[in-house]
Amino acid sequence: MTVETYPWAPGFVAGDRPRIVTSRFEHEDSHTLERYMATGGYEGLRAALAKPAAEVHEQVRGSTLLGRGGAGFPAGVKWGLTPEGVYPRYLVVNGDESEPGTYKDRLLMERDPHQLIEGCLIACYAAGLSRCFLYIRGEMALAQERVATALNEAYAAGLVGRDILGSGFGVDIVLHWGAGAYVVGEETALIESLEGNRGMPRLKPPFFPAAIGLYGKPTIVNNVETLSNLPFIAANGAEAYTAIGTETSPGTRMVAVSGHVRRPGVYEIVNGTTTFRDLLYGEEFCGGIRDGNELKAFVPGGGSAPWFLPDQLDLPFEGRQVGAAGSMLGSGAIMVMDSTTDIPAAALTLTRFYAHESCGKCVPCREGGTWLMRVLERVVAGEGTTDDLDLLLEVGQSICPGDMPHASSEALGLEATPFPYKMTTICFVGPSAYVPVHSALTLFRSEFEERVAPSRSRTRIPVVAVGGGQ
Amino acid sequence: MSTTEDTGAEVDDEVVEPDPDAVSITVNGRSVTARRGDLVIAAAERAGDYIPRFCYHPRMSSVGMCRQCLVEIDTGRGPMLQPSCMVTVSEGMVVDTESETTKRAQEGILELLLANHPLDCPVCDKGGECPLQDQAFSHGPGESRYVEEKRHYEKPIPISDLVYLDRERCILCDRCTRFADEVAGDALIHFIDRGNATQVNTFPDEPFSSYFSGNTVQICPVGALTAKPYRFKARPWDLEQVESTCTSCSVGCRISVHSSRDRLLRFQGVDDEAVNWGWLCDRGRFNFESVHADRRLAEPLIRSAEGLVPTDWSSALSITADLIRSAVDGGGPGSVAVLGGARGTNEDALAWSALADALGVESRDARLGDGLGLDLLDLPRATIADLASASTVVLMAPDLKEELPVLHLRLRDAALRSGTRVIEFTQSGSGLTRHAWRSIRHLPGTGASAVAEALADAEVAAQLASGPVVVVAGRQNLAESAEALSDRVGAVLAAAPEAGVLPVLRRGNTMGALAAGLHGPRDAADILREAAEGRIDLLILLGSDPLADFPDSRLARTALARVGRIVSLDGHLCASSEQADVVLPVAVMGEKSGTTTNLEGRVTPVSQKVTVHGTARPDWMIALDLASRLGVDLGVADLGDLTARVTADDRGVWSVPTGVEPAHFESVVGTNYDFRLVLSRRLYDAAVSTQCSPSLEGLAGGRGLSVHPSDLERIGVASGDDVKVIGPRGSVVLPPGCRTASAPTRPVRSDCSRPSPTASNSSSKRTSSPSAPIGWSSSWRRSSPSCRPS
Amino acid sequence: MSRFSAENLTLAREIVSRYPRPKSAVIPLLHLAQEQEGWISEEAMREIAELVGVTPAEVRGTGTFYEMFHFEPIGRYLLNICGTMSCALMGAGELMHAAEEELGVRAGGTTDDGLITLHGAECQAACTEAPCLQVNYRYRFRVTPDGVRQLIADLRSGALSDEIPPHGTLATVRQHIPSDRAVGAVDPDVDTAPPAWIPVTVEGASS
Repeated sequence: MTVETYPWAPGFVAGDRPRIVTSRFEHEDSHTLERYMATGGYEGLRAALAKPAAEVHEQVRGSTLLGRGGAGFPAGVKWGLTPEGVYPRYLVVNGDESEPGTYKDRLLMERDPHQLIEGCLIACYAAGLSRCFLYIRGEMALAQERVATALNEAYAAGLVGRDILGSGFGVDIVLHWGAGAYVVGEETALIESLEGNRGMPRLKPPFFPAAIGLYGKPTIVNNVETLSNLPFIAANGAEAYTAIGTETSPGTRMVAVSGHVRRPGVYEIVNGTTTFRDLLYGEEFCGGIRDGNELKAFVPGGGSAPWFLPDQLDLPFEGRQVGAAGSMLGSGAIMVMDSTTDIPAAALTLTRFYAHESCGKCVPCREGGTWLMRVLERVVAGEGTTDDLDLLLEVGQSICPGDMPHASSEALGLEATPFPYKMTTICFVGPSAYVPVHSALTLFRSEFEERVAPSRSRTRIPVVAVGGGQ
Repeated sequence: MSTTEDTGAEVDDEVVEPDPDAVSITVNGRSVTARRGDLVIAAAERAGDYIPRFCYHPRMSSVGMCRQCLVEIDTGRGPMLQPSCMVTVSEGMVVDTESETTKRAQEGILELLLANHPLDCPVCDKGGECPLQDQAFSHGPGESRYVEEKRHYEKPIPISDLVYLDRERCILCDRCTRFADEVAGDALIHFIDRGNATQVNTFPDEPFSSYFSGNTVQICPVGALTAKPYRFKARPWDLEQVESTCTSCSVGCRISVHSSRDRLLRFQGVDDEAVNWGWLCDRGRFNFESVHADRRLAEPLIRSAEGLVPTDWSSALSITADLIRSAVDGGGPGSVAVLGGARGTNEDALAWSALADALGVESRDARLGDGLGLDLLDLPRATIADLASASTVVLMAPDLKEELPVLHLRLRDAALRSGTRVIEFTQSGSGLTRHAWRSIRHLPGTGASAVAEALADAEVAAQLASGPVVVVAGRQNLAESAEALSDRVGAVLAAAPEAGVLPVLRRGNTMGALAAGLHGPRDAADILREAAEGRIDLLILLGSDPLADFPDSRLARTALARVGRIVSLDGHLCASSEQADVVLPVAVMGEKSGTTTNLEGRVTPVSQKVTVHGTARPDWMIALDLASRLGVDLGVADLGDLTARVTADDRGVWSVPTGVEPAHFESVVGTNYDFRLVLSRRLYDAAVSTQCSPSLEGLAGGRGLSVHPSDLERIGVASGDDVKVIGPRGSVVLPPGCRTASAPTRPVRSDCSRPSPTASNSSSKRTSSPSAPIGWSSSWRRSSPSCRPS
Repeated sequence: MSRFSAENLTLAREIVSRYPRPKSAVIPLLHLAQEQEGWISEEAMREIAELVGVTPAEVRGTGTFYEMFHFEPIGRYLLNICGTMSCALMGAGELMHAAEEELGVRAGGTTDDGLITLHGAECQAACTEAPCLQVNYRYRFRVTPDGVRQLIADLRSGALSDEIPPHGTLATVRQHIPSDRAVGAVDPDVDTAPPAWIPVTVEGASS
C-alpha cells in the first residue's frame, strides 16, 4: 500500500488506485498550461471536436457520469433535458463548494484548472451551450487566481473563445466570483446570484434550469468535479470510464474524510465499491480513529446528511445503499466523531451553520432554523429542559413533516428509515438545520438528557394579542 | 371585517361551455373543473376551498415564499406537500386542503410566522382586518411555544412621505418589494441582509417615492406598512364602506370608500378585471383629504363692495337666475358660455347640458384647451382590456405615469408580461420608454414626419400587421395643438385600419361631460377669445379654473377680466372663482351619487359616503333649481331621471355623438428660437384636490424646467441659477432641474430663452436648429391660501 | 466619496460587457469596489447601480445578502476562523479564544489600530486540514493556538504584507478576455439561433 502526499496539494492523499481527475496532482506545476499539454492536455477536446456534437453527448450519456454536486444525477441525461431547438443555452459551472466537510472542487480548481476548462469546452460543444460562466466560491482566492491564469493562457493559445482549434466551435468562459453564501451552491440560487440577485432558490417546477435557467434560457449547471471527468471520457471513451467502478456508479469520485481520523484527507476512490470501513480504517486511507479511540458516529455525505453509527461501516460508498440505510452521499464528505465527542455540541455546529446560511426565503427555514439553533444552544449550555428536547423535534416537524430518515442501531433496537425526507421548504438548507438535531437526538438521546433539567410546566403562549408595541 | 385585497381571485363565474382548456381535478373529494394554467390555490378558492396564504397575490407572480399555502397534492405519485400558489392544475390531480398532513404543515408555518411577530395587535392599524390575525385564528395552532427573544427593530420608520414601515411586524412575504419591482417598476424598497436577519428597507436617503406606494400598504398582509394619512385614525370595525369610482383622472379606477363618523378615512383599490386590477395611484388614493379641507366652500358667496361675502342659497340662486336671464335677454344666448363639467358626474353634466339646451346656449366646453379634438373621440374606441391584449400599442400620448398612472401600470404589464409591443412617439421620454419596442424621439412640430418615417419602416409595418393594434392618443405637449395629434393618429389608422383608439383625457369625467353634451361649435379657446374681446356677458364655470387649467394663462386672465359676470360652481375656492360674482358651493366626490364615464366610455357608479360639507349641493340639483326659476322645463325631476339618460351601448360604453370631420393641420415649424418646448404635466400639481390634501401637498414639485445638462453648460448656466424662458406669449423665470435624461442632445446655440407656459395651441414651437431638444415640465403651481383640513 | 478610479472604471465597463444582461455584473463590481476601498460605500453602490442600470436599493439588496461584502470600514486584514463541524471537532474554539485574547477584541471586532478584524467564519472548504483559518481569504491549515499568535505577530510586524494583499483584493490575477479572441455576450432574447456547430435538422430543431 502506497500513500503519497504532496506539499503543493495540502489535504490530497494519493494511493495505489486509478486516478482520473487527480492524475496530475503529483506535479508541482500541474496548474500550468505547459504541464497540462505535456500530460495529454486538451486531447479530449480535440477528440470531441473531431466528432459531431451529438456523438460526444451520446458518449457522455454512455459513460453514466453521475453529477458530483450532491444529487448524483447523470450528466448526459441532464444535458438532454434542454427543450429542443431553444437557444441560447448556457453552461454554469458550480464551483461554489461550501458544504460542511466537503472539498475537492477547490483542489481541482487550484491544481488542475485546465482540466476543468477542457471539461467545460467539451460540455458546451456536446450540448450546444454557447456561453459558459464559471462561478467560483468567493472565499477561494487561490482557486480564482489559478483559474484566471489558466483561462488567460487558454485564450492566448486559442483554446477558448472564438473558433477553437480552427474547428468553428467557439465559446467564451467567463470567470465569476461568488461572495459568500452557502445557499448559492443550490443550482437555482446559483443562477439567481449569477443574474446579480440575492441568491435565493427559485421554486421548481417550473424553473428546472435545464428548461428555464439563466436569463430564462435553458441552462446546464454542472459541478466542477463532474466536468473535470469529461476530458478523460472524451479522450479514452466511455468504456474506459465505465471499466472503473460499478455499473450504477462508474468511475472514481473524490471523498474528503475529516474529523477524528489518523489521516484526514481527500481521496480519489473507485466509485461504488469502497466501504466506509475501508475509508476510515484502511491503511491506504485514513488509517483508523485518532489516538486509538472508538468511533462514535460519522456523517457520511456532508453536513446535511443524517448521521451513521459504527453499525453502518460496512456499507459501500454508494448512493442507493446509503439512501436505503437512512442517509445520503451528497457531495462526498465524511466527518468522523470519536468517543470523546460532545454530540449535542457537534450537532449545534451544523445547525448553526445552516441557520446562518438560510437565505430567508422560506419561513420554516428562516424562522425554524434559528429557533432550533437557539433551543439547542440552551441545551448545550446546560440550561434546557426535557421539554426542549421534544420541542426540537416538534419544530423540526414544521420543516420536515413525517418520518425522518435515520440509521439503524442494534444497541438501540432501531430500524433504519430510508432517505429522503419530506420538506416544507424549497431547498435543502432548512431541513439540513434539522437533520443533525434529529440524528443526534435519535441516536444519542441520553447525552442530551444528561445535560437538561426535568420538565418544567410547559411554556405555551396564546398567540392572540397580548399587547405591547409602543 | 372585510379587506378589499385578493378580490380578483373570487370572480370569473363564467357560464361553463365545453372548453378545450378545461381541466378536471379533485379538491377535498369533490370534482372540480379548472382551467389549464390555473394555480391550485385559485382553482380551489373558486371551488369554495380557501387555502391560507400570505405571499400569494393574484396580480403578481408567485414566489412560494411564505409556505402557508402548502397542501397535499397528488399527481399520481402519491400525495405530496406542495405550495398551491406554485403548482398549476393538471388533469386528474387530487388536492387535499384539509388532510392531517396539510393541517399540521399549515399550523407549523403559522407558529413560525408568529414566532418573531410582536403581537402588538391592539395598537396596530391592521388589527381587525389582518390576514395574519385572521389566518392565525382560522388555520393556526392557537398557541406558541416560542419563548426566545424576538427580533427587534426601530419601530416604524418612514420609508416615504406617505408610508411607514414596521419591520418587527413584517413577515417578509415579498409582496411590497415584488409590487415595487414587478408592477410599479420602482424598485426602491428591497430585501436587505439575509436569513433570519432579512429586512425590507430603502437605500439610505432614497425614499420609496413611487406614485404607487399606497398599494403596498393595501396588499401588506400584516400591519408592517401603514399609510400616514390613515395611521391611528380608525379601527377597521368602525369603518363603513361603499364601492365607488375614483375620478382623479379618466382611468376610472374602482375603489372602496371608507369612512367613520362621517369623515372619509381611506380609499382602497377594488380589483376590477377590466380597469385597475386593484391598483390605485397615490394621488387617487390619498386626495380624499381635500374633501374635508378648510378651503371647502360651505355656503354660497356673492360679490359685494367688501369682496365675496356669504349669502343664503335662495338669494344666490335668484341672483344667478337673474344674471342668466339678463344675459340671455340682453346679448342673446350667444353671450352666455359654460366652461367645465369634467369634474362632476354624468348627471351633473346632463343637467347643465339640458339647461344650456333649454336656454339656447351653444358656447360650452368641458375641455380646457388641453383636451382632444372631438374627431378623435369619434374613432373606434379601444378598451383598456384591448390595450392589455393588443399585439401592438402605438403610444402618442403624455407620459402615462404622470397623467394616467394606473393605465401606465396596465400597459407596462402588457409590455413586460403579455408580449405587447409598444411603439412610442415621444418628445421627452416617458415611464414606458425603457419597455418600448421602439421609442421614437422627435422634436416638437415634427411628429407627422416622425410617424410617416416610422410607418415606412418594414419592421414596424410587419409589427402593425401582426395582430390587434391600439393607439393611445393624447396631448403629450400642450404647446402643440390637438389637431396635430389628430393628424398623426389618422396616419397610424391609415396603416392599421382595424386599430382602436384609446383617448387620453386628463380629467375624471371629460368623456361623460362631452357625451352629455357639454361641447359646442366653439371650444374653450374660442370661448375665452370671445370673452377676451368682450363678447361674453356671463361665464358659468362648472368646477373649472381657467386661470390655472388653460394652457394659455395670459388669454385666460384677459378673458376673465373682460367677461361681464362670472358664476362659479366649485367645491373649493380657486383662482377663477375668487373673481366670480356668485360662487355656488357644490358637493364633491364622496359626497354625491351618480355615475361617471372613464376614457373608455365605461360608465360606473360613484357613491355618496359622507354628508355634504356645509350647505353644498350637487351641480345637477343647482341646474334643476335654476331651470325652475328660469321657467324652463328640463324634463327631469330627480337624479334617477338623469341617470336614465346615460345611454351606454352593450359594451357599457357611452359615446360622444359628434359627427365631427377630422381636422387637418398644417405643421408649422418656426425658425426663430433656439429651443423647442415640451409642455407637460406631473402627477402632483396645483390641482385643488392635491393642494388641499395635506399628505400630498408637499409632494408637488412646483413647476420646473428640464434642460439637458450639456445645453445648460453650453449657455453657461451654473447649477442653482434661474433661467428666464422667453416665448411668443410671455416669459417665465424658472430653476432648471436638470434631469439626467437619457435624451440625446446636440449642441444648441446660445440664449436659453424660450416659450412660457402660455404657449398657444397653434404652433409655438420654433427653433433655429434642427436639434435643440429641451424638456419642460410645468406643474402650474400657484400661490394659494393654505388649506389644512378642518 | 469613493468613485471608481479611472482604471477601475474601464475594468468595470469591461466586466459589464461580459454578461448578456448587465445586472449580472453587480457582484463582480461590488468586489471591485471593495478591492479599491477595502469596503463598500453608499457612493460605490450608487455608481454600480448606474453602471448596470438598476436602483441603488437593488444593489444593496444583492450586496447585503453576501457575507464577504462589508458596508463599513474594516481592518486591513480580515481574520476568519472557521467554526463549523470538522474544525470545531479539531479545536477551532481554542483558536478563537487565542485570537480574541491576542487581539483584545471579540469575534466581529476590529483592533483599535484598524489592522485586524476578527470574524468567526463558517466552513471554508479545508475540512481535512482542520482547524483552519483565512487571512483575507488566504488559507492557514492545521493551525494551533500558538500558530494564531505567531500569525498575528507577523501581520502586525508587516512580515506578511507582501504575501497577503489588503482586504478587498481576492485573486491577484484577473481574467482578461482579448477582444480578438472573444465570442462576445449577446442579448439572449435577440440571438436565438442554434450555435454554429450544432447542425440544424429539417424541422428546424437541433439534433
